[in-house]
Amino acid sequence: MTSPNITSTDSMRHVVIPVAAVLAVLGIALSSSGYVVTLIGFAAIYGVFCTGLNFFMGYTGQASFGQNAFAALGGYGSAILTANYYWDPVLALLVSMVLSGVIAAAVGYPTLRLRGHYLAMATFALGLITYEISIEWNSLTQGYMGLSGIPPLGIGKYELVSEKHQLVVLTLVMLVGVWVSVRLRDSRFGRALRAIAGSEAAANALGINVARYKLAAFVVAAVYASVAGSLFAHFVGFISPEVFGASMVILSFTMLYLGGVGTTWGPIIGALIVSLLPEVLRGLKEMQDVVYSVVLIAILIFAPRGLSGLSVLFPRKQTGQTKQAEKNA
Amino acid sequence: MADASSPALLSAEGLSSFYGRMHALKPTSFTVRQGELVTMLGPNGAGKSTLLRALMRLNKADGSVMFDGQDVSRLSTHELAELGMIMVQEGRGLFGQMSVRENLVLGAYTGRSASGIDSSLDRVFTLFPRLKERLNQISSSLSGGEQQMLAIGRALMAEPKLLMLDEPSLGLAPRVAAEILTTLGNLNKQGLGILLVEQKAPLALKLAQRVYVLSLGRIVAELPAKEIKSHHDLAQYYLH
Repeated sequence: MTSPNITSTDSMRHVVIPVAAVLAVLGIALSSSGYVVTLIGFAAIYGVFCTGLNFFMGYTGQASFGQNAFAALGGYGSAILTANYYWDPVLALLVSMVLSGVIAAAVGYPTLRLRGHYLAMATFALGLITYEISIEWNSLTQGYMGLSGIPPLGIGKYELVSEKHQLVVLTLVMLVGVWVSVRLRDSRFGRALRAIAGSEAAANALGINVARYKLAAFVVAAVYASVAGSLFAHFVGFISPEVFGASMVILSFTMLYLGGVGTTWGPIIGALIVSLLPEVLRGLKEMQDVVYSVVLIAILIFAPRGLSGLSVLFPRKQTGQTKQAEKNA
Repeated sequence: MADASSPALLSAEGLSSFYGRMHALKPTSFTVRQGELVTMLGPNGAGKSTLLRALMRLNKADGSVMFDGQDVSRLSTHELAELGMIMVQEGRGLFGQMSVRENLVLGAYTGRSASGIDSSLDRVFTLFPRLKERLNQISSSLSGGEQQMLAIGRALMAEPKLLMLDEPSLGLAPRVAAEILTTLGNLNKQGLGILLVEQKAPLALKLAQRVYVLSLGRIVAELPAKEIKSHHDLAQYYLH
C-alpha cells in the first residue's frame, strides 16, 4: 500500500518535538525529589494505558469502559507470578500480556457484536466482574488486603531498585508503546480501523471484515492495558482491587479526552496533566478539588478536541502540493 | 455491451427484507447480465435502497442470490465485496476525515485489488481528473459532485465485477449528474456490469439496457430501456 508522504516538517511536528518534550519532562523528574518521580512514573504508566484505549476508542471509534479489567489481569498476573512463584518480572509481564490478549479475544468475540451504548455497558460490566473476582478470589488475590512484596522490574539478577531507573524504563516503554501504536495506525490494519470509525457499513462494503478488525483492536488495547497493570505492580510493589476499579476508568477517560482522543500524543499529554494537576493545585487546600474540576471543564470547553488539538493554532508550513490542493479547493 | 444471450452476472430469487415488522422489500427476482447496465427505478420509499442493501447483506435478507455462477446467499458483506460486488451507498459513505488518497486506497482493500494500486489510481484519475487535483484534500471538504466522483472512484479501486450505485445523481447539479452518469455509461461500454438505482433519471434510462420498476417493495415492471417511451404512464413519470 502507498504510504502517506511524510515531510521533514511533519516529522518535526509529530515526532521530534513530542519526543523532546517527553525527554525534557523525564529530565526534570530525574533531577527532582522522589515524589515527583513517582508522579511522572504514574503518568507514564497511564500513558501506556491510554495509548491502548486510544487505539480502540480514538482510531477504531468504539467505546470501552472495561479496559481496567485487562489492567487488573496484567497487574495480578505479574504480581502473583513474581511474588508467589518468583518468576522473572519481564517473563511474567509477557505471559500476562498473552493471557490478557487471549481473554480479550474470548470476551470480545460475543461482546463486540454490540454497538454504541450497549457495547459501552457490556464492557463496563467486564470491569465490574473483574473487580469482584479480584475481591472474592481471596486465596489468589488476598482480596481487599491486596498483594504486596512485588519485586521491581528487572531481568535475571538485574533489578531496577532505584525509582529513577524505573522511571527511565517506564518512559521508554511508553515511547515504544506510542511508536507501535503509530505504526499500527499507519498500516493497512490501521487504515481499516479508521475506516470502521468513519462508517462501519461503508468499511464492510469495501471488503473489510468489521467484526474481526474490531476484535483485533480490542485485543491490542487489552494488551496495552495489561502492560500498564504489570508496570504499576512492579513500580509500586503493591496492588489491590481499588487500583483497577471504576476510578481507573474515569481517570483514563479524563486523560484521553483532555489530551485529545484519536491523536498520537493526546493520551500522553492527558496522562501527564491529570497526574500533575492535583499536585500543582495542592496549595489551594480545600478549594483544590473545585479548581481542579473547573480547570478540566474549561479545557474541555475551550479545547473540545483535547489539548493536542490546539496544535491547529500553529499552522503548518505549507508545501507546494498542499498549497495547490488548497488553491483548488 | 450485453445482449439477451449474455450469461447472468447476478440473479436474485425471492429476495426480501424487513425493517422491524415492515416488509420493505417483498420477494423479488431479477437479473443483471454480464456487462449489462440495469436501472432500477421507483419513487421514494419503493424499496430501491433496501434492495441494494439486502443484496449486499447490509440488511437482513431472505432469498437466494447467485453471483458470477456462485451461490452467495449465505455470504456476509465483506465476502461479497471480496468477490467483486461493490456498492456505492446513498450518501456516498465516504470517510469524511480522510483525504481523497486515503479514501481511494481503502477502496483497494480487498485481496483481489490490493496489488496494483498505482495502476488503479491512474485509471480513476483518467476517469475523474479532478480527484487527482484534490488528492490530499479532506474528502468532506469536496463539493457534492466531487464526493460522488470519489465514491465511484473508490468503488472502482476494488476492481468490481458488478458496480451497484444508490442514486448517484441525488442532490447534484444536472450538469455534474450528467457527467457522472456518462462516465458510468463509458465504464459499462468497457464491459463493467452496473446496477443503477435512481428515482427519476432520463439519462440513466438512455444508458441502461434494461429497466426494472419498483413500487411498494415489489418489482412491477421489467422492460428494455428503449421501450419505456412506448409505456405512456412510465414515460410520463420517469422521462420528464
